[in-house]
Amino acid sequence: MSEQDVGPEGGGTARPAQSQPAEGAGEPDPASATAAEVLSPRGSGVGTQLLNAVLEGSSAVVTILAILLAIVIGGLLIAFTSPTVLHAWSHLFSSPGNAFAKAWDVAASAYSAMFEGAIVNPHTITAAFHGGSTAAIFNPLSETAVNATPLILAGLAVALAFRAGLFNIGATGQFIGGAMIAGWIGYAVHLPMIIHVVVAVIGGFVGGAIVGAFVGDLKARTGAHEVIVTIMLNYVMEFLILFLLGLTVFRAAGSPNPISPTVLNNATLPHLAGVNLRINAGFLLALAAAAAVAWLLSRTTLGFELRTVGANQNAARAAGMSPERTWVKVMTICGGLAGLAGASVILGTDFALTPQIYGTYGIDAITVALLGRAKPGGVVLAALLYGSLNAGSVTMQAQTQIPVDIATVIQALIVLFVAAPPFVREVFHLRARRAGSDGQLLAKGWSA
Amino acid sequence: MTAISLVGQQRFAFDRQRVIGTIFVMLGLVDIFVFGVYSQGDAVFTFTLTGAAVSVPNLAIAAAPVCYGLGALSIVLGSLYAGVKFTKLPQRLVAGAVTLGFVVAFLCWSDAGRIPLPFVSLMQSTMLASIPLVLGALSGCLCERSGVINIAIEGQLLLGAFAGAVIASAFGSLWLGLLTGSLAGGLLAVLLAVFTIRYMVDQIILGVVLNVFASGLTGYLYDQALVPYQTRLNSPATFTPIKIPVLGDIPILGPIFFDSTIFLYMTYAAVALVHIGLFKTRWGLRVRAVGEHPTAADTVGIRVLWTRYRNVILGGLLAGIGGASLSIGSVGSFGKDMSSGQGYIALAAMIFGRWTPLGATGAALLFGFSVACANVLGTIGCPIPSDFLLMLPYVATIVAVAGFVGKSQAPKADGKPYVKS
Repeated sequence: MSEQDVGPEGGGTARPAQSQPAEGAGEPDPASATAAEVLSPRGSGVGTQLLNAVLEGSSAVVTILAILLAIVIGGLLIAFTSPTVLHAWSHLFSSPGNAFAKAWDVAASAYSAMFEGAIVNPHTITAAFHGGSTAAIFNPLSETAVNATPLILAGLAVALAFRAGLFNIGATGQFIGGAMIAGWIGYAVHLPMIIHVVVAVIGGFVGGAIVGAFVGDLKARTGAHEVIVTIMLNYVMEFLILFLLGLTVFRAAGSPNPISPTVLNNATLPHLAGVNLRINAGFLLALAAAAAVAWLLSRTTLGFELRTVGANQNAARAAGMSPERTWVKVMTICGGLAGLAGASVILGTDFALTPQIYGTYGIDAITVALLGRAKPGGVVLAALLYGSLNAGSVTMQAQTQIPVDIATVIQALIVLFVAAPPFVREVFHLRARRAGSDGQLLAKGWSA
Repeated sequence: MTAISLVGQQRFAFDRQRVIGTIFVMLGLVDIFVFGVYSQGDAVFTFTLTGAAVSVPNLAIAAAPVCYGLGALSIVLGSLYAGVKFTKLPQRLVAGAVTLGFVVAFLCWSDAGRIPLPFVSLMQSTMLASIPLVLGALSGCLCERSGVINIAIEGQLLLGAFAGAVIASAFGSLWLGLLTGSLAGGLLAVLLAVFTIRYMVDQIILGVVLNVFASGLTGYLYDQALVPYQTRLNSPATFTPIKIPVLGDIPILGPIFFDSTIFLYMTYAAVALVHIGLFKTRWGLRVRAVGEHPTAADTVGIRVLWTRYRNVILGGLLAGIGGASLSIGSVGSFGKDMSSGQGYIALAAMIFGRWTPLGATGAALLFGFSVACANVLGTIGCPIPSDFLLMLPYVATIVAVAGFVGKSQAPKADGKPYVKS
């Protein structure tokens, strides 16, 4: 997610909400090869460029190192919470080789199981040659895509808000809003084939957009900080869905549990590769949404406005833009995107509303947006990485009994390190860069 | 600050007073037309716990007239609030009176014609539910007054609960568990401090990430270690209540305020210490200077970064105690994600209380009360769904940030990293 993302927008100026625009703005980013080939004063060959990028720790290099560091720490955590490893280490001095070998074995088997669950399992290929199902080969990739779908959509909801200088922690609440309306249309309304699913998806967008618009409107009117409002709305929506599922309108007939009726067949997102693989049209929807957001950001007036508002509110106001109106518009679109994530889950994989339908998508969306540096392409790549970690960790738990939560730990660590480039540089002894060149995401307080 | 944004702020201020007044009037209308109209018969409150030395007679009041009276009072006060310019103290008194009136009317309505409401145990569970909220909110005050936004309260509570339960269970010492719980909260605070102060990561982002980290880490360790070794690692004892000799025997107030575990008394001490520390000592003046204008503070020789490190870590230690109260205060085991959003309620309480320890404590008590109502009112057959009662703190906070709390309330430098120039 390095070069192509920087692409048409040039170096530092296009980054979302720089903390120190005075120092950072206008400086070409020496790390990105496209911009650097033309502008960088240092070195001329591609090789030199690359070397500089690595030594200085460009954003791409920092991202890769952050992922590596997180995986190593995750591996240590896996190894040193395993009873067999701890037992081996209690005999460290009598057989030191065994202690290290056991630690390596446990961590390696965990990660290889994760890989088999997320990318490809070699056994399924050999099985296919002996008359097994070919679909099984692609099942891990399908699972990765399925896991990534809501993360892409919700991640875009957070990323787009970032670009306008808003921190949208409310993807959870917007997700619930979307899932509720999409789900209700899905099981309670009867429509012809195709039309039904389209209406349900649009309903999902609207459901999320209402929640998002409320946040934007409140901020525009009263100055209420969006971070507080979105956090609180998350819980309001969580209790709202819990309450609604207690009512007969939303409850499946005769069910003792708070669960809605199943979505009708006409309203489900069609499978893309046969009924045995869970991958569905929601993934295409997510990719289309990412393309649409990229287009919105770089090719439309609204996109220009929101980037300007995000970079400098006062400048935007002086230029005749209305930050307040932009906030409302942006939060409406962001809410809609998160609502689509809700629709993709209810219409694509879950098919019924439950009190836990929102899972951790809304919070993961924040980490996805940060890892993707608030760019649509970056968000897609980050969501695929997180989707593969989530899909892989399920297989890992089945094979090695290591809890799936390790994926959450690794994801949090990745973002922790990605958010702190100077820390990663210190760990790997990379050269320090000039101040302000990191383009930190959004550094502001309550009063900003 | 440009002229345009100043104009904007004045508009906000004017709107705010009217909005709050309108909300008060609306609360009064709810008192009358919901609570009053739908109350039938008497509301009975019992004040005596089984086994208490002094027996207090039950209080039976006619619910509807009380609701009407309180509603009328709220409407009068609300209209005054919207129309007349008050100074700070009457403003607070009015807000307090309207809130109290609403709570009383609500209780009358929810109990009218039903089985008696055990007032003392309702307040006891309010206090119990408030402990982590108050300590979390104080953690927020300490951090944010020095200029570091602390969203990671949730993670600090969770880690405190986890460490408290595991250590108390493994070593069989509750005090050790309490200490470790506190240290675990402090440890997360160290991460928060190092990454925001040294590496200047955005503080809101980092808080969210640390919460995810704490949730993942404790969830992982829970499944990996606590489930298989339940009896050894996750079966701590709980602190037994300590009755304060004389005060504990006062009817009604005694059992509520002076007959609880060590956590409640530590909370009293923490509220007093943080309030006095921040507003009555030189130490607090310096902390607030760092939070408002770090450059000026630096100029007069206050060590800005050190102040921030110290306050963030102190806050983490407090929140860790709050976390420990969740696991070894009453429940007696750690459960996955057992803080369940209480850190965010604590954050809300701090904002509701305008970044002051006393205000935050008041708000936390109010939120604790709504949690306790959700638990207790279900047992007496109250018609209101508990989901709405649990939703109340969050709705109240949205109303508060839109109405009560202005933009200017947060410390000026809150959330901004300090670079020595």
